[in-house]
Amino acid sequence: MSEGEKINKVSIIISKGSLEGIYPGLIMANGARMSGIEVNLFFTFFGMDAITKKKMNNIKVATVGNPAMGIPTLIGALPGMSSFATNKMKKKMEELDIPPVDEFIEMISDAGGKIFACLATVEMFDLKKEDFVDQLDEILTVGDFYKLSAGGQIIFT
Amino acid sequence: MAEKVIAGYSVDVTEEGYLTDRSQWNKEIAVELAKEVGIEELTEDHWKVIDFLQKDFEENGKMPTIRRLKKAGNIPTKELYDLFPDGPLGKAAKIAGLSKPASCV
Repeated sequence: MSEGEKINKVSIIISKGSLEGIYPGLIMANGARMSGIEVNLFFTFFGMDAITKKKMNNIKVATVGNPAMGIPTLIGALPGMSSFATNKMKKKMEELDIPPVDEFIEMISDAGGKIFACLATVEMFDLKKEDFVDQLDEILTVGDFYKLSAGGQIIFT
Repeated sequence: MAEKVIAGYSVDVTEEGYLTDRSQWNKEIAVELAKEVGIEELTEDHWKVIDFLQKDFEENGKMPTIRRLKKAGNIPTKELYDLFPDGPLGKAAKIAGLSKPASCV
């Protein structure tokens, strides 16, 4: 891409199911729509929790195996630690007007962003179309995902 | 910062064309700024958004987010994107004579 050229389309893959795994992709997708950039969001593996009705409102921060949190692994493993850290972070996000996952997905969809689930993961987790949010546009194969990402940038998170 | 003549008025604008002094804003300027961002005509629905942005900015001293526009301003996100395509908040803020939105959401 040459200098000064505008990005017209991005396809963002969300593959992790923790709060810090899901939000960066959602913020980037929404921000792209806010900047007039076409967006495809592709959810795969545990990232799919973000669009699964039963899971989407129970997304948590990883307090174990997350050295950047600054909490020793053994402390992070104590019952309630993850919920505590999650609540603290959610409170801060609410102050910044960053919506909860379900509302964020609705907002991105209303903004014209497309929401896709990965067929391989859907089959692996035995999920059906009705397990997903209404905003889900389609369940796609990897091949179809590449096809509709043509001409744009692909971002893996 | 530069000086620019819009709709016959001399105003101060940023490099990206946002007004730097809100007191220089008026509705004739808004119509011209709208054309600049590709909106040929400002309808009643456009004005509803512009009015809310200005009112909310006045009350809180900062630009509302798209989420706030929906919750407090009763402006559905879909409608906002239909009215101001390709960058709704930035375009609406420019037309309303406000500064460029500095938030990521």
